[in-house]
Amino acid sequence: MNSVSKPIRKKDAMQLVTGKPVYTDDLAPENCLIVKLLRSPHANAMIEHIDVSKALLVPGVEAIYTYLDIPKGSRRFTCAGQTYPEPSPYDRLLLDKHVRFVGDPVAILAGTDEKALQRAMKLIKVEYKVLPAVLDFRTAKDNPVLVHPEADWESLCPVGADNRRNLCAHDECGSGDIEGVLASSDIVIDRVYHTKACQQTMMEPFATFCTIDAYGRLNVVSSTQIVFHCRRIIANALGIPKTMIRVSKPRIGGGFGAKQTSVSEIYPAFVTWKTKKPSKIVFTREETQTASSPRHEMELHVRLGATKEGIVRAIDLYTLSNTGAYGEHGPTTVGLSGHKSIPLYGKAEAFRFVTDVVYTNVMSAGAYRGYGATQGLFAVESAVNELAEKLGIDPFVLREKNIVKEGDVMPAYYGETLTSCALDRCLQKVKEMIGWEQKGQVRSVGENRVRCLGMGMAMQGSGISGVDVGGATLRLGEEGIYLLSIAAADMGTGCDTTLAQIAAEVLDCSPDRISVFGADTDASPYDSGSYASSTAFVTGKATEKCALKLREKIETLGASLLGAERKDVTFDGEKVSYQDNFVTLSEIAAASMAGRGTLEVTECHTSPNSPPPFMVGACELEVDLETGEVEVVEFDAAVDCGTPLNPNLVRVQAEGGILQGIGMALYENIEYSEEGVARHNSLMQYKIPTRMDVGRIRVAIESSYEPQGPFGAKSVGEVVINTPLPAIADALSKAVGVRFTELPILPEQIALKKRFFRE
Amino acid sequence: MTVTIFLNGNKITEDVSPDETLLSFVRSHGCKSVKCGCETTNCGLCTVFLEDTPVLSCALLAVRADQKKVTTLEGLPKEAEEFGSFLADQGAEQCGFCNPGLIMNAIALFRENPHPSDEEIKRYLAGNLCRCSGYEGQMRAIKEFVRWRDSNEQRQ
Ligand code: FES
Ligand code: FES
Repeated sequence: MNSVSKPIRKKDAMQLVTGKPVYTDDLAPENCLIVKLLRSPHANAMIEHIDVSKALLVPGVEAIYTYLDIPKGSRRFTCAGQTYPEPSPYDRLLLDKHVRFVGDPVAILAGTDEKALQRAMKLIKVEYKVLPAVLDFRTAKDNPVLVHPEADWESLCPVGADNRRNLCAHDECGSGDIEGVLASSDIVIDRVYHTKACQQTMMEPFATFCTIDAYGRLNVVSSTQIVFHCRRIIANALGIPKTMIRVSKPRIGGGFGAKQTSVSEIYPAFVTWKTKKPSKIVFTREETQTASSPRHEMELHVRLGATKEGIVRAIDLYTLSNTGAYGEHGPTTVGLSGHKSIPLYGKAEAFRFVTDVVYTNVMSAGAYRGYGATQGLFAVESAVNELAEKLGIDPFVLREKNIVKEGDVMPAYYGETLTSCALDRCLQKVKEMIGWEQKGQVRSVGENRVRCLGMGMAMQGSGISGVDVGGATLRLGEEGIYLLSIAAADMGTGCDTTLAQIAAEVLDCSPDRISVFGADTDASPYDSGSYASSTAFVTGKATEKCALKLREKIETLGASLLGAERKDVTFDGEKVSYQDNFVTLSEIAAASMAGRGTLEVTECHTSPNSPPPFMVGACELEVDLETGEVEVVEFDAAVDCGTPLNPNLVRVQAEGGILQGIGMALYENIEYSEEGVARHNSLMQYKIPTRMDVGRIRVAIESSYEPQGPFGAKSVGEVVINTPLPAIADALSKAVGVRFTELPILPEQIALKKRFFRE
Repeated sequence: MTVTIFLNGNKITEDVSPDETLLSFVRSHGCKSVKCGCETTNCGLCTVFLEDTPVLSCALLAVRADQKKVTTLEGLPKEAEEFGSFLADQGAEQCGFCNPGLIMNAIALFRENPHPSDEEIKRYLAGNLCRCSGYEGQMRAIKEFVRWRDSNEQRQ
């Protein structure tokens, strides 16, 4: 292969490293109105009275909107960017009389400068009727306090939602006789795990600007992963037709799923639609951390039955998920906690997976890399590690006995058959990389200091089977340059480049000959957007199909110019040849522009299944048992993402995902006060890993070949975050002698447990 | 207050409000490479040079730069491209949002300490957060760059 699998530079690389103005706030018109939100100080309250008259008098204030400006009878909507039929309940209004978390918008302010808006904000008089709030998600189901008591709350899909019970979703599935198999198992591990909400903390905060174009349409430029969903969400929020809206995204300063929810777009969209003036919103870091779309907090109860030889016979998982004040991604994230953890164990005779997703009065959760699989894998892999310890079997050996294999049907994975898998090689590789056998799992390195090893496995999907749509348009332009137009969103993932590599491979040219454009709802072909690990696999396949068709058209037109049949000509990327004659690509392009038929193709792709990528990770930690201080000396991982489309980009994605996972295991935590105020509201309190926090991260690629993927590729973006959680928890458990079941594992917990354990 | 700031070699004299940050000042003068990631001096995205010292422009008032030289990545296009291409070769620029701040600080590091050890690199750049990369790709790029620069110098 000439383009695919080559570690080429990203197409936008040099623009980015030279600091060019390519992000939303860099591009916003200078004179646009600034939009700010007045937010609720209460976790659950009714606005009894709101008076903005004084605030409107502040010079520089252009407009202030409250729930009174939202037409009565407006239909509720969701801000989750998902495909029809939308699983997330319609439970939001642009502004509501009922505010449901500390930070819920109460008023939208627009004005010429920030200071005027700050002053105006203080002059808005709001009288609240403060209501009791549901802050502990374990008490939410059937709590007398309802987060969504309103009659116009809607659930569009049969996801088991019931707002009268604070239920955003409920589901049950399984196969085999779970209770019977558990009862006859030699050993049952029975544990409850708890993972906290944590923030994507992409470096670019949420940002959007809006203008009205020459046709009177609303133009929205936003840092979003989902231009098409965004258009629908704005149409719903504003009650205007989608045809009146155009959404495009410039470069995105990181997303990780945060921008799969329309967090910021609807506010400036409303302002610009009302005032017909350009406006922008840029969230502060505080808003980005406290009023956004973090990972769902989950409690996971695992019962795992096995033989004494270590064969996993049954997995029973109950997951309780906290969706917060609104249901964005609530019904879907929870599913991954079981469907992307249980199938790793290919020999299990039975499984059961039951889920409840509850509303509470904290900020709404959303999509975060890993999307529920992260939480589920932490629980299931931790239980398997405990099983290994109890049986005295090496955790790697225990995995080798159990893992799913190519050709296996996976009952817990929607009944799909596994068509590519290098999990066995990943295990082997990581064991060598970390020096598992040489080092030993726990060793003393001084007084009260130990080095310890831990490991974990992970899987994810590649797009949502039968749902996600990838789209690509390819056009041959003058000079024989192609334009690839997409609506997948490169948010640092490099998909603009990897998709061009795919097209270039088919068209026998250098990726430099493919210009990439996207994403823009007016100009790009429909694509559900970049999430659910779909871009490489689903949009990648659409691109491959598209390039094949275009190739066919080029050959056909070339042949006709040569007076030949398509079957008799050859195309080498530069020219179409027939015997001793040829026409060049630019001659063909010129002919196509002179009435010989356009050389433009649009293809879309939906996959009936979602081939999982796999990863194995292992860590070496050094722990001070007295203070609980943990140093990550090394994290080694091997990933099976099918064919790596661009090994450089696979590697950096994996390294970055691992570090996020380490952050989640050891530091990152959204905590609320008793009143529901988020404590971790800045990067001072919310600690993401710095470069001082980790010794080294090493990643190996163990390729497989996925027959359904473009050139054998599967996804890689999400699976990489998952292994640090169980690996680190396992290493620490062995160091301290007590199982850790809650994340993050903070130094004080380690020190306390150690002390407690000693006594 | 009237200030005179030499921004990337251009003399700018104008009224600024006493609470305007240097970050907002440079951005409003077209230096969009300077980003805001936190407002609390924790992320390093807003790094600029005041005279020749890297500072966090979110925590510095514009008036403090009166009569001083301020440099952003826009003022160092050659160095940015030279070092930046090593990030690009690793794919380590990723989303790119943290890059200008990182590159500014890396340039400062190379000026102060042309042959930094791994530990010195980590310590010097500790305040430059990145959520995409896991820092490993950046480290590879820095080491490759130093190697390239040294072999270049030897040749000359
Ligand atoms: S914006 Fe200045 S350090 Fe983060
Ligand atoms: S590259 Fe995205 S934050 Fe550093």
